[in-house]
Amino acid sequence: MGKSTELDVAYVSKLARLNLTDEETRLFEKQLADVLKYAEKLREVDVSHVEATAHAIPIFNVFREDEPRDWFTAEEALSNAPHKANQLFIVTKVVE
Amino acid sequence: MSRSDLPALTIADLQSLLRRKEISPREVIDALRTRIESVESKIDAYLSIDFEGAAKEADKADVDLPLGGVPIAIKDIINVKGQPCTCASKILANYRSPYDATVIQKLRAAGAIPFGKTNMDEFAMGSSTENSSVKVTRNPWDLSRVPGGSSGGSAAAVAADAAFGGLGTDTGGSIRQPASLSGVVGVKPSYGRVSRFGVTAFASSLDQVGPLTKTVRDSALIMNAMAGHDPQDSTSLNEPVPDYTKNLGRDLKGMRLGLPKEYMIEGIDPQVKSAVDVAIKQLQSLGAEIVDVSLPHTDYGIAVYYFLATAEASANLARFDGVRYGYRAKDPKDLLDHYGRTREEGFGAEVKRRIILGTYVLSSGYYDAYYVRAQKVRELIRQDFVKAFEKVDAIVSPTSPVPAFKLGERTADPLAMYLADIFTNTGNLAGICGISVPCGLAKANGNQLPIGLQILGKALDEACTFQIAHAYEQSTDWHKARPKL
Repeated sequence: MGKSTELDVAYVSKLARLNLTDEETRLFEKQLADVLKYAEKLREVDVSHVEATAHAIPIFNVFREDEPRDWFTAEEALSNAPHKANQLFIVTKVVE
Repeated sequence: MSRSDLPALTIADLQSLLRRKEISPREVIDALRTRIESVESKIDAYLSIDFEGAAKEADKADVDLPLGGVPIAIKDIINVKGQPCTCASKILANYRSPYDATVIQKLRAAGAIPFGKTNMDEFAMGSSTENSSVKVTRNPWDLSRVPGGSSGGSAAAVAADAAFGGLGTDTGGSIRQPASLSGVVGVKPSYGRVSRFGVTAFASSLDQVGPLTKTVRDSALIMNAMAGHDPQDSTSLNEPVPDYTKNLGRDLKGMRLGLPKEYMIEGIDPQVKSAVDVAIKQLQSLGAEIVDVSLPHTDYGIAVYYFLATAEASANLARFDGVRYGYRAKDPKDLLDHYGRTREEGFGAEVKRRIILGTYVLSSGYYDAYYVRAQKVRELIRQDFVKAFEKVDAIVSPTSPVPAFKLGERTADPLAMYLADIFTNTGNLAGICGISVPCGLAKANGNQLPIGLQILGKALDEACTFQIAHAYEQSTDWHKARPKL
């Protein structure tokens, strides 16, 4: 398990596409260092013979027939869009 | 019965009056409205209420349905068609639900009226409801204290007779802990028991929807309407749903209840400990046998929980990108600026903190050390319960180590806030079911503060926890205690 000081909040915020102020970055660095220090106790546990659990109850792949169903109209799907026109989501420019 | 007495009724008693035509569903809505208008300025439990829509539904309500004409308050993370669904976040401030969550469809089919949306910690991340971006909800027992969280709005509304029952969500204790701190009953169903379709996801391997009510019977009635398989939620289990009211009234003879020695930790409030000790004696006097059990990995629960819940949250909250719905930052200069500022301006501090922690534990170089290791310890925690349940029918403990704490007391220290879930989060990690039922009143500065008893049951054995909780509740008067507002 990594050392708690390895959490570079400024770098992780870029991965998360989440801008932070300098003040937030400093505050989170300190607070999350405390959390990581607390969590160091997980290193004590012998997990060498344990399978990781993704879900507490075993659930396997669930399939359904791929059939058309009634669902949202375009208007309904766009009803909460921050920016829309011509029944389309308007997005920020992606290509130069 | 005078109209002003109606809001104090349980759902079961309200239904009797409705079915005997002594009152009409419209009178119920009107009486509830009057009550909410008189207490809401003190507790601030609701984010939005549609009294006009509720009155229209009341006028055509069929009182012979299982929840016919019963108004239910809904945590603002569950979609109710045409209503706001903000998750108490600025990023969804203007969002209106285009559809009903499956639990809402099921409640409507049972005749219930979802009339208002309750306050919560933003995206259900918190244990005090102080992380709401909108307002602070206050504990009806002491307005200087938190109602618990994250389902604090529903808990406070039910405790204040400003709702007959409410829905919450529980990822690490977010139904049971506010139920305990506010003096009401709260149920976390087993993983897969209730559909999450239409419920904004926080940590998908942990989240469950459940009721908060004045009595165990009322929770059983809501669970009867709500539980079961949903093709729209591939994690919901296709297992039969029993009638949860069937075992209510049975005694506890032959019932074996486990007392985990790991739950008697330092830092547990002496008044909580003594109330739970008395409750355990009461359960014995009702015929239950108390058995010592061990859940040796309990102490790792919080650490496992915060790695897994934040990892899942960082992935789930990636959908808030300012493209299809929700807030979008003004005049982004490019796509990275669009994402980065939309999320900076839209999310509150605790949500940001958890996205950072979750992104970190999933990031290259740390994934195995943090995320995979946490999943393995989770499996050990699950096995602890499997072994314990070979010896006992259910496990009893305090719900929260402390009664309601003061507003602002823990906001500066995220770790202290995380420890509020110490007795509840392992139940989510193991996928089992749990219920919190009032078991005492602590005294603090001249006020009374509720204490909750947690009963944990095997996966899909909600009926057993309802039987125990009901037998206990009916043998005490704690559920009749009400805050003076």
